[in-house]
Amino acid sequence: MILVYIEVRDGKVKKSSLETLSEGKRRADELGLDTAAVLVGHGLKGLDSGIFPYGASKVYLLENALLSHYSPSGFAAALAVLVQEAGPEIILFSATSMGKDLAPRLAARLGVSLASDCTGTAVVEGKLEVKRPIYAGKAFVTFRLAASPQLVTLRPNVFSLLEPSEAAGETLIKEVVIPEDDVKDVVSEVAREEGAALDVTEAEIVVSGGRGLKGPENFDLLKDLSALLPHSAVGASRSAVDAGWIDHQHQVGQTGKTVSPNLYLAVGLSGAIQHLAGMSSSKYIVAVNKDADAPIFKVADFGVVGDLFQIVPYLKEELKKVLAE
Amino acid sequence: MNIFVCVKRVPDTESKIRIDHSSNRIIEEGLNFVLSPYDEYAVEEALRIRESEGGKVTVFSVGPDVALATLKKALAMGADEAVLIKDVLPEAYDGLRVAKIFARVFEQKYPEFDLLLFGKQAMGSDNAQVPAMVAELLGLPQVNVVTKLEIEGNSATAHREIEGASEIVTLPLPAVLSAQKGLNEPRYETLKGIMMAKRKEIPVISLADLGFGADELSPQMDLVKMESPPPREAGQVIEVEPEEAARKLVDFLHNEAKVI
Ligand SMILES: Cc1cc2nc3c(=O)[nH]c(=O)nc-3n(C[C@H](O)[C@H](O)[C@H](O)COP(=O)(O)OP(=O)(O)OC[C@H]3O[C@@H](n4cnc5c(N)ncnc54)[C@H](O)[C@@H]3O)c2cc1C
Ligand SMILES: Nc1ncnc2c1ncn2[C@@H]1O[C@H](COP(=O)(O)O)[C@@H](O)[C@H]1O
Repeated sequence: MILVYIEVRDGKVKKSSLETLSEGKRRADELGLDTAAVLVGHGLKGLDSGIFPYGASKVYLLENALLSHYSPSGFAAALAVLVQEAGPEIILFSATSMGKDLAPRLAARLGVSLASDCTGTAVVEGKLEVKRPIYAGKAFVTFRLAASPQLVTLRPNVFSLLEPSEAAGETLIKEVVIPEDDVKDVVSEVAREEGAALDVTEAEIVVSGGRGLKGPENFDLLKDLSALLPHSAVGASRSAVDAGWIDHQHQVGQTGKTVSPNLYLAVGLSGAIQHLAGMSSSKYIVAVNKDADAPIFKVADFGVVGDLFQIVPYLKEELKKVLAE
Repeated sequence: MNIFVCVKRVPDTESKIRIDHSSNRIIEEGLNFVLSPYDEYAVEEALRIRESEGGKVTVFSVGPDVALATLKKALAMGADEAVLIKDVLPEAYDGLRVAKIFARVFEQKYPEFDLLLFGKQAMGSDNAQVPAMVAELLGLPQVNVVTKLEIEGNSATAHREIEGASEIVTLPLPAVLSAQKGLNEPRYETLKGIMMAKRKEIPVISLADLGFGADELSPQMDLVKMESPPPREAGQVIEVEPEEAARKLVDFLHNEAKVI
């Protein structure tokens, strides 16, 4: 069985979990395995129906009142109980904040290694192979995992969703027993950043700015563009973040976030090696920069040499036109 | 407050990574190695906690002899003690192996601590695994990707960065925490610190000292291949009047890339 962990935030299943489930289903079919999904928490009933269309033939709901809020130690303990019972060959997580926190904890509990943040999977000679970037994407490694179960986290936004099917499956509700003493790191509160609807790692379009914006107020130019574009978010270079123009949550790069959106629009940023490390796996990169020699043009699919303060207002108008069509 | 910080020696972020395809390893020759940037935030936080709460900061690293330079850097920043756990195996991108080593070191040799600090991920392996694994192996609570930390007596309150928000966790000590950018601004080494670090004796523990069996630590990841990323081809670059430039750019996005 391939078991896929499904993350719930604000009472909803995360899209990245469904991407992971879709990829799990594709590999399970090649390996001749079943695909199951697992949710952990309290009051999960009703969330199962949205999961079956993406390839799960079984959905486990692991319930415990201690787990109504996220706790890595508690969630790992609950998952370990199911792993013992169901004996999956492969367990997949999405490499979100929660997946990155929880998967290594479960791996250690099971005594197995973990392949983090993979961007490719394949079945070769009947074995699962996973590919992942190292050195912030400056190299890639392909692994086979020797231990069982094989634990893998998959990078969000990289794997395509399955065409939803009509298929339904079996829901198994389990009251898991975990020692109360195991649960000491419970999240007590979630403080939302004002106005940040979508994180850069989740966005399909990232509109990023750098030192060329000259000051914090000009990030409004990019926020305006982002407001026009569905599923988009504003990113930034480290220089812009370090200057205090925008919160570090928005920083893209080797010491910021790694993003792989469909479109990365780089405005007034040079494309330093540490910045490229965080965004060079984007599907399309376009850049606006007044310096024709800026390194960003070496990776851009389309580049405009010119003054961003002159170009961005026209860009907004042109986008409006096309989006209105 | 007895604070431990785990620090790793990694190639700096400017590094151009070259691969030796015969051994499936990166070529270290010519690379400049530094203390992993997130680990610097962890060291800085430890020093700040010591300054406000009193206590001692000890830094640990698993690696070859050259990792002594990484430990010296942390000493020069102000750490009190350093310990090297000598491991000559090349990077295996397998966090469990390192986590098992640390768990054994703390259980057997250094069982007394209040806080175990890490970077949120080691630059290079980019695993983001070791802190949570050590926490699980030692049965401790964890908060990863911490951007704000307050210590009060026997408990800590940490803000952890998630997508578009922060999670707030209050947990009892001892605990495992991993540092994210934003937690603090790391200080520079002082001349006095550098001199002190030079003179400091650094104990070296071998894996044999820790009593590991023959294959207890063999990596469970079979490396099939290591390769460079597919090169990104530069596309077209235009230099025309702003209005026309904007029109062409949107035309590209709409009709060629089809992303809007
Ligand atoms: C350890 C370490 C980690 C780092 N991590 C990161 C990281 O995670 N992310 C990151 O981004 N950086 C990182 N950096 C910093 C990186 O090296 C660069 O300094 C930084 O990315 C530069 O930011 P920038 O492109 O905004 O600024 P600059 O390099 O100064 O580029 C500004 C660009 O704006 C253009 N410009 C100026 N005015 C205009 C205008 N009116 N119209 C159009 N274009 C204009 C200029 O031509 C120039 O290309 C790191 C550095 C170190 C040492
Ligand atoms: N070999 C090592 N020596 C010391 N600390 C390490 C080592 N490997 C990992 N760490 C610590 O664990 C953190 C996360 O590493 P990783 O899980 O490899 O990304 C790092 O930031 C360090 O604090």
